[in-house]
Amino acid sequence: MSTDSSDVSKLIEVEDITLRFGGVTAINGVGFHVNEGELFAVIGPNGAGKTSIFNSISQVYRPQEGDIRWKGKSIMGERPDAVARLGIARTFQNIALFGQMTVIDNILTGRHIRMKNNWLTGMLWLGPAKKEEMENRERVEDIIDFLEINEWRKHPVALLPYGIQKRVELGRALAMDPELLLLDEPVAGMNLEETEDMARFILDIREELGISMILVEHDMGLVMDIADRILVVDFGKPIGTGLPHEIQANPDVIAAYLGADFSDEISVD
Amino acid sequence: MSFGRPHLRTSYEQDSAIFPTWWQKGAAAFALLFITLMVLGNGAAAAIPNWLFGATWLAPFTLVIPFAIAALGYNILTGVTGQVSLGHAFFMGVGAYTAVALGGKGDGGAKACIPFHENLGLLESAGECGLGLPIWIWLPMAGVLAALVGILVSPAAVKVRGLYLAIVTVGLTFIGLHIARMLPEYAGDYESGRKWPKLDIRLWKEETPSIDLNEDGKWFGLIHLTEEQKQFFFLFAILLVMMAFAKNLVRTRTGRALQAIRDRDVAAEVMGVPEQHYKRIGFAISSFYAGIGGALWASYQGRVSPIDFSLLLSVEFVAILLIGGAGTIAGTMLGVTFVELLPKVVERLTGWLAGELDSGGVISTIANFLLTSGQQGDFGPVSTSPTAPGWPMSVFLWNPVIYGVLIVVFLIFEPHGLFGIWLKFRNYWKGWPFSY
Ligand SMILES: Nc1ncnc2c1ncn2[C@@H]1O[C@H](COP(=O)(O)OP(=O)(O)O)[C@@H](O)[C@H]1O
Ligand SMILES: [Mg+2]
Repeated sequence: MSTDSSDVSKLIEVEDITLRFGGVTAINGVGFHVNEGELFAVIGPNGAGKTSIFNSISQVYRPQEGDIRWKGKSIMGERPDAVARLGIARTFQNIALFGQMTVIDNILTGRHIRMKNNWLTGMLWLGPAKKEEMENRERVEDIIDFLEINEWRKHPVALLPYGIQKRVELGRALAMDPELLLLDEPVAGMNLEETEDMARFILDIREELGISMILVEHDMGLVMDIADRILVVDFGKPIGTGLPHEIQANPDVIAAYLGADFSDEISVD
Repeated sequence: MSFGRPHLRTSYEQDSAIFPTWWQKGAAAFALLFITLMVLGNGAAAAIPNWLFGATWLAPFTLVIPFAIAALGYNILTGVTGQVSLGHAFFMGVGAYTAVALGGKGDGGAKACIPFHENLGLLESAGECGLGLPIWIWLPMAGVLAALVGILVSPAAVKVRGLYLAIVTVGLTFIGLHIARMLPEYAGDYESGRKWPKLDIRLWKEETPSIDLNEDGKWFGLIHLTEEQKQFFFLFAILLVMMAFAKNLVRTRTGRALQAIRDRDVAAEVMGVPEQHYKRIGFAISSFYAGIGGALWASYQGRVSPIDFSLLLSVEFVAILLIGGAGTIAGTMLGVTFVELLPKVVERLTGWLAGELDSGGVISTIANFLLTSGQQGDFGPVSTSPTAPGWPMSVFLWNPVIYGVLIVVFLIFEPHGLFGIWLKFRNYWKGWPFSY
């Protein structure tokens, strides 16, 4: 892949990716880029292919066409864990926490790529391994404080309320010290208060930690308020990219998405 | 993000300690003291095993230890990493035969054998091969070789999931039995087996061991111990070390990665945990434990045959984990003690009941109801004859049935096993008197 076209300030570039599952085309020629420090949003109705875009970036799915570049270098064909080590963290739409592990251990697992102790030094509980465990534990406690989930620290996450699980997942992703954070519908299924809390965390992450983000939502409300730029997808196709007010004014977007009442007619299209 | 928590370092250290609370430290110390007193023959402490197993209870107790070590490994693979294997017996076998090949005495002095010769598999009375090396070589090597074999087969094992892994590992067990049949110089007769090196600590191949575990005597000029007591303490010390290693593993980075794979493999990968790499590590460490356990088992027994490492042995570990509670070390220990000692208790109780058959009274009635002694048109389901072919079954045939029933009962009613029952019990009393 040529790297000349890429700008250094572009953290990630997704170039015309197409992903098919048998006869289903989940993503159909989607392209966008995210600049450093940017909060980019991808919106679209259910089944539009938003989660598939995240899975393609993580390389859990392998798009048949197109290219995905991280800081100008293609990551196509890398393993998901290698992508994570580049500094790309994410949360999942349907929470994917480690259910039997405690909140602390879940978030500590997020520290995995930033730690070095291995099976041998761990088993022998050698000094440096122990020191590293304690230092990372301190980082985890900071994250727990930040997300205000102190009272749940030692509970197995499977037993926690949904809203708290969402926060733990955010904490686990933050623990990776990522450069890019992918949030898949972070406020789905939350009540107003929980949504406001989550929005506050997202803004804090951006302002205090300066982490770039891609935010996936099927609901426009939150996104219009906090996103820098927005991509709208429908049926796997990109419909428009732009600033929030541009998106709100884009007739294609209005037709495909904002006019949710007409979605039945559109799907006949 | 936030500062000003000055004493944190120490509190995390305490938090992630093996026994975090004083209560747990006390309980562990008490358990150690109790076991020591019990084995030393203190009347009060030994009263329970004496009653359950009779005066020779120490041997069955000691025999639990090698299985406990192997079970720790099985827990790492199946309880912690979530990979259901039915090949644990195979890796115990690899360890046992490594031990005998390195530590066993060949016929007419130590000699090595070349395994592949023209008479392969056709030897009537094979010489038994072994290099006669000391325990500090053969025991670690038993673990290492089992781990290496584990790594060798892992490309097949780490790619498959769930039931497929179980099937792949069943295959291993049969391959192992087949190899043992082909190599009688090492394995001895297929049915009756061969002799194993004794548990003795030597510096090299000298006649008198540095620490003698096979004769009564004073240890370190301090305390007089019988042969059985020496072997118990030796094996128990190894078990404690292996327990500490296992505990350290699960509380550090690698252990969390293994658990993450168990709970959500895709999420684990997306968090930067290379799945296959860690499955391989889990597989290798588990095999290491199996190898050590197998080597110690065979050596403690003195004679083991290839068929002892059959599928049934692997299934025993499934029972241990399900009954004890998968994923925790305490649960594994409860499970292995229960599963390994239960048959002995059943045998002992049956023997005792048989003695009470004609004593009259309630016990005699119960005995008559349960047992069939063969004389009077009896209807009890348990035969007192050890060779009963069909119904009523002998105690030995009843044992697997009891396991089966227990596994089903635990799966349905207490998925967290004995450990789960203990937790409930403890939490109940923790809240007392405000329990409900
Ligand atoms: N693993 C998969 N196998 C087959 N089809 C899939 C798979 N993942 C997603 N799809 C399909 O791709 C389309 C887009 O799904 P998804 O990316 O989950 O949409 P969204 O997140 O926007 O709701 C849907 O039609 C879905 O059925
Ligand atoms: Mg989705």
